[in-house]
Amino acid sequence: MISSVKKLSAKTIAMTSLALIFTSATTMAQADTTKIGMITTLSGGGSSLGKDVRDGFKLALKMSDNKDIELLIEDDGRKPAKAVQIADKFIQKDKVDILTGIIFSNLAMAVIPSAVKKGVFYVSPNAGPSALAGKGCHENSFNVAWQNDNLHEAMGNYANGVDLKKTFILAPNYPAGKDALTGYKRFYKGEVAGEIYTKLGQKDYAVEISKIKASGADSVFFFLPGGMGIAFMKQYSQSGSKIPVMGPAFSFDQGILGAVGDAALGVKNSSQWNKDIDNEANKTFVAAYQKEYNKLPSLYSSQGYDAANLILSALKKSPVSDKDAFRKALKAADFASPRGDFKFGNNNFPIQDIYVREVVKEGDVLTNKIISKGLENHQDAYAKDCVMK
Amino acid sequence: MTAALFLEQLLNGLQLGMTLFLMSAGLTLVFGVMGLINLAHGSLYMIGAFCCATITTMTGSFLLGLLAGFVGAAIAGLIIEVVVIRKLYDRDHLDQVLATFALILIISEGTSWIFGSSPLYLSIPSWLSGSIPLSFEEDSNSSYPIYRLVIIAIGLIIAYSLYLLITKTRLGMRIRAGESDREMIAALGVNIRVIYSLIFALGAALAGLAGSLVSTLYSVEVGMGEPVLILALVVIVIGGIGSVKGALVASILVGLVDTLGRVFLPNILALFIDNSQVATLSASLASVLVYILMAVILAIRPQGLFPANA
Repeated sequence: MISSVKKLSAKTIAMTSLALIFTSATTMAQADTTKIGMITTLSGGGSSLGKDVRDGFKLALKMSDNKDIELLIEDDGRKPAKAVQIADKFIQKDKVDILTGIIFSNLAMAVIPSAVKKGVFYVSPNAGPSALAGKGCHENSFNVAWQNDNLHEAMGNYANGVDLKKTFILAPNYPAGKDALTGYKRFYKGEVAGEIYTKLGQKDYAVEISKIKASGADSVFFFLPGGMGIAFMKQYSQSGSKIPVMGPAFSFDQGILGAVGDAALGVKNSSQWNKDIDNEANKTFVAAYQKEYNKLPSLYSSQGYDAANLILSALKKSPVSDKDAFRKALKAADFASPRGDFKFGNNNFPIQDIYVREVVKEGDVLTNKIISKGLENHQDAYAKDCVMK
Repeated sequence: MTAALFLEQLLNGLQLGMTLFLMSAGLTLVFGVMGLINLAHGSLYMIGAFCCATITTMTGSFLLGLLAGFVGAAIAGLIIEVVVIRKLYDRDHLDQVLATFALILIISEGTSWIFGSSPLYLSIPSWLSGSIPLSFEEDSNSSYPIYRLVIIAIGLIIAYSLYLLITKTRLGMRIRAGESDREMIAALGVNIRVIYSLIFALGAALAGLAGSLVSTLYSVEVGMGEPVLILALVVIVIGGIGSVKGALVASILVGLVDTLGRVFLPNILALFIDNSQVATLSASLASVLVYILMAVILAIRPQGLFPANA
């Protein structure tokens, strides 16, 4: 009995002190600060993506002279339920003005539609599911990176150009995976040697690799973001298959090339950004990022950097409290992006150039270089279904 | 489908089965002999993988890494048994589930404190990398990775060693005796506590070995054990709780059903439904196939295929 009383009081004290911490944290924020809530993947197989987005975002905030921004960051662990929980907390308790950060499209679908209906702005640094670009578009929902299909469409177009006639295509069974294969097939004119949806987070690809080898394909197109792509490439290189692979930038980007290793050399992949794009904003970004984090930026770093700069550029024109003016300022995309010029289409998704890159070795470091322009001034196929003008 | 491809997919199934066997052998022994449900078995798999990754990176030798995974998990298992598990043998299963679930949370959180939340990646050592041809035809590109063959071989060796241990040694006799009557063997003057600790450590070591073996194929990360644990639970339910033989048969069965399901389901479904739906539907169906298998076997043989105390 005594011990239970003791336990209870210890618990009460712990709870009270926790409550105190929270209240002091909320009173610290001032009235004119813009609050941004970042929900991103910082643990598990997708963690390198979220960390790069976060680092790019923080770098842009650090380089800006606007110091009235409070950034809250939480890890969603790639779990939709957790992302929803964090979003609710950000919106209801922390009263954030803008949400950002989600990497995976299934999480984006769980969070964005309900968040923007509550009057919060959402600026996506990554996930751009088709459902949010077409009928489900919303005036408060912006994507600074791409609509999910875009990079894959560029690869489909590239495959036609280099005369590939029989591609085996592979992606995880979730919204972005379906967008990926749809995107590739929208432009690719050859025959599909086989089409597989794997489990999201799958680690063993032995079955799929055996199927690929037996399919008689002349190329493999795969979209397996994060750790899935690393596992696939490692296992693929062990399998003795000679069929060349290609894909969107996600599995051949700076953050994971080190883990994939030499197996990636020579692989063609598509991206809206690369570190060798020749403009001032890109040079500044690459140099500042290397200085801050002592490594090369990835595609995701550039997207996080763009998301922050988009918000900063809009804040220069209007405070976030004036929603209409702020929305208009976001839509103008009035900032210098490292990828070069881009603008928002009617559905708040980018219209931009998409490049084809090749994995090369610079000294000891694996990295990418642009070899051609995959698609010029490209807009997604869903924009016409969006009611916004 | 050619014979070589079919053989390749059979080997894939067998390799998955062997990994599952290493996981489920310990789980089923602990359950059969001590009557304990240990959900933290997946954490031991993870501990093995992290030990292996650390030592391999430090020394550059994958063999030492494997040994570290085996021994590291055994030591972790021993500590867990002495500190926590020992107090749970006489409690009911709900207490055991709660306590071992708490262990999962503690070990996962502890691991991410030490190693961080980013996955670690190991490369396959050069002497185990590459593949060997499965077919002698000139233009065939059928081949199989050497590393996966090694996993199959290790699994078979462990299975045979366990068989010898349980049927031919004094310790094995005591384990079997403990399985059928715990009180009686204690009354006969056998120190059952030591046997419990040994079995638990052995199970942990095998889980650690499984984690180490796959660490070069997949990534080493916090939470890697839980998906395997779920499959291992399916295996011991199908095989009959407490039976190592059952675990072996069920592991191979689950490995083959999962693999061949992923291979053939698209072809089978294509006969019945519209082509555009096949890829998505077969992906969804393939991932539940082993659970359907479990449900069917439970309906026909509620005790599993080889019940230990039959």
